[in-house]
Amino acid sequence: MAMSLSDPARRRLRTLGFLSPWLVGFSVFFAYPLIATVYFSFMHYNQIKEPTFVGLRNWTYVFEQMPLFGPALRNTLWLVVIMVAVRVVFGLSLGLLITKIKTGAGFFRTAFYIPYLAPPVAATVAFVFLLNPGSGPVNEILGSIGISGPNWFNDPDTAKPSLVLLSLWGIGDLMVIFMAALLDVPKEQYEAAELDGAGPWAKFRYVTWPSITPIVMFAVVTGVVQTMQYYTQALVAGKVASGVNIGPGSVIQPGYPDHSTLTVPQLVYQMGFQNFNTGAACVLSLVLFAIAMAVTMLLMRKRSGLLAAED
Amino acid sequence: MPRWRMPTCASAALAAAGLLLSGCANPSVGSANDDPTKPVTLKFWHGWATPGEVKAVNDSIDRFEKLHPNITVKATGNVSDETINQALRAGGDKAPDVVSSFTTNNVGQYCDSGMWVDLDPFMKKTGLDKHKTFPKTLLDYTSYRGNQCALPLLADAFGMYYNKDAFDEAGIERPPRTMSEFEKAAKKLTVRSGKGSYKRVGFMPNFRFYQNSPDRLFAQWGPEYFDADGDSRLADEPSTYKFFKTATRLADAQGGFDDLERFRMTFGDEMSSQNAFLTQKVAMHLDGEWRGLMLKDAKAEFNWDVAPLPVPDDQADTYGRGFITGTVAGIAHSSKHQNAAWELVRFLTADTKQVVNFANAIHNVPSTFAALKSPDLDADPTFRTFFDILENKHSKALPPSVNGGAYVVSLGDFAYGVEAGRVSDLRKGLKKLDEQIDADTLQSKS
Repeated sequence: MAMSLSDPARRRLRTLGFLSPWLVGFSVFFAYPLIATVYFSFMHYNQIKEPTFVGLRNWTYVFEQMPLFGPALRNTLWLVVIMVAVRVVFGLSLGLLITKIKTGAGFFRTAFYIPYLAPPVAATVAFVFLLNPGSGPVNEILGSIGISGPNWFNDPDTAKPSLVLLSLWGIGDLMVIFMAALLDVPKEQYEAAELDGAGPWAKFRYVTWPSITPIVMFAVVTGVVQTMQYYTQALVAGKVASGVNIGPGSVIQPGYPDHSTLTVPQLVYQMGFQNFNTGAACVLSLVLFAIAMAVTMLLMRKRSGLLAAED
Repeated sequence: MPRWRMPTCASAALAAAGLLLSGCANPSVGSANDDPTKPVTLKFWHGWATPGEVKAVNDSIDRFEKLHPNITVKATGNVSDETINQALRAGGDKAPDVVSSFTTNNVGQYCDSGMWVDLDPFMKKTGLDKHKTFPKTLLDYTSYRGNQCALPLLADAFGMYYNKDAFDEAGIERPPRTMSEFEKAAKKLTVRSGKGSYKRVGFMPNFRFYQNSPDRLFAQWGPEYFDADGDSRLADEPSTYKFFKTATRLADAQGGFDDLERFRMTFGDEMSSQNAFLTQKVAMHLDGEWRGLMLKDAKAEFNWDVAPLPVPDDQADTYGRGFITGTVAGIAHSSKHQNAAWELVRFLTADTKQVVNFANAIHNVPSTFAALKSPDLDADPTFRTFFDILENKHSKALPPSVNGGAYVVSLGDFAYGVEAGRVSDLRKGLKKLDEQIDADTLQSKS
């Protein structure tokens, strides 16, 4: 006897069928890693021997005995706040300027976009070389006009701002997104504003800004998530600027100088794949995940508030 | 969903995830049931990268394959410890059978975790007496708590290279032997070029300079890093204070840490033609035996020589000592051809002719008693200075620890703070460092 499914069951199956690719992706790339991270955060596991349950030991180790956790978290949050804000403001300003340029716009768009295409490691090495306080051309130029240049990546006070400068050099991605948003603002709205006697600032405030708010929010949210995972540039800049090279087997503490460029993802890597302290690495990852979730949710709520205000 | 179903589903999901995770947490295991006379291909990963070194490794493999026609060796060079670590944890067919590392720092971790297999059963099986073959210091740094999971594959000894022309110019007749002589010589050899800059420094004491990681200079005091229980005792070690004081005095005598650090930033890469000793920006230089060959290859434009590093004034009788480390070799836990892999490890580490040939080719110190006495060994006196450092009874290697070189990294980090003047209370700082090292060690224990 053939089995027959009721309509709601069939509908449910069909829905699940359509959802299955996403469900598979979600389970494999999000749910499973998340469960695994929570599980291993309570285990001692060196990735060779069987994991053993250690209760809260990894958590207390991270929060009470890991002196680098505080600086790494502070640096990460500093970068999230400053780097994201500066990048958005700079990207938007550049987008505004370039959309206004009448002649040679293509040249400027290309010129500002090209650095974004440089591989992050190569771009960072080049930047560290340019900003080398002893032999770099930037300080030599500054010196020739009587200015004593800073120590850039070699000074704990200027190392993080130097990373921000590096991120501005590769601002091409944001510039393109903002340009697309700015070119989408209806021209007639500007014309209407001009008829009402609006100046450049008023036009930006009352026409441009409300139109591009969702894109700004997008840039902020993706910027926050990316910066939470900031790793390559900070690691490469620290290693190259320190000049330390004590052999292929030796490990040096990342974050040169004085842990000023140490980020939580670097600690995660060091704990997980250099010390094989999987439990502590999982705790650090979960802390980062919780902060990223909280900040993103806050921003998304803010965004829905802004959009509602627009309506 | 009915109320009872929620916890049931959640429990089932968690149980399934737990089972899945514990299953995933078991990397592949190897075996020592293979017949080493049967045809087999071994994968050998090593860190040597320069053309001369790679050629020397390949020549060694050719010699091995002639002796063992059934074994083919596929060598991969320029492999870091990090890559080896990850490959061995991942396991699988592509993971190496024989591995080597340029540092002894991680041996404790390799042995404790079981990542490198214990070699004692293989030595017993094939009649190799390790105590008669290798010097004790080298056996100590290749084992951890009785587990001999590695063997020395040539050693590295650290001494002092010095610019003889600069010495003549400064009127210094012989290399300094004590720390106070060292300080005076460094001061005499330093030539400044305007405020805050240098033409040449006598000795660059800064710990971020090339091989100057603090553990290397610290070895001249012969420190004990851990007590009998395995707890860190740097704060209780009198030499720690003397060591930091000497390093600070050396820097101050030549203009202070900040000026020296700024000068260091103008140096080229250690392994390049812009090496600061080669370009005569540094007159006395802490380095390993390999530098001699590099100086000859680069046709250094000045006369240079080698001597042991100076020792503390109150330990003048230990002059001739130095820091010892070396390349180590072992068998991967995941290898399914461990007996064949042992044949390769035995050949590379204990075959006298092979050890001598390889040591001559890459200018590293031989690591067996027989090879050290071999008449075929390179007779170059600058090279032989390092043999004496290796054989000096006061020479020191770093003690292995369960978490690899984590304590060396912590010490380095602390030392950067001391040299920059950021540690106001050395005793308090060292106490905190000891606590940190102990916490890290405990965290790494099962």
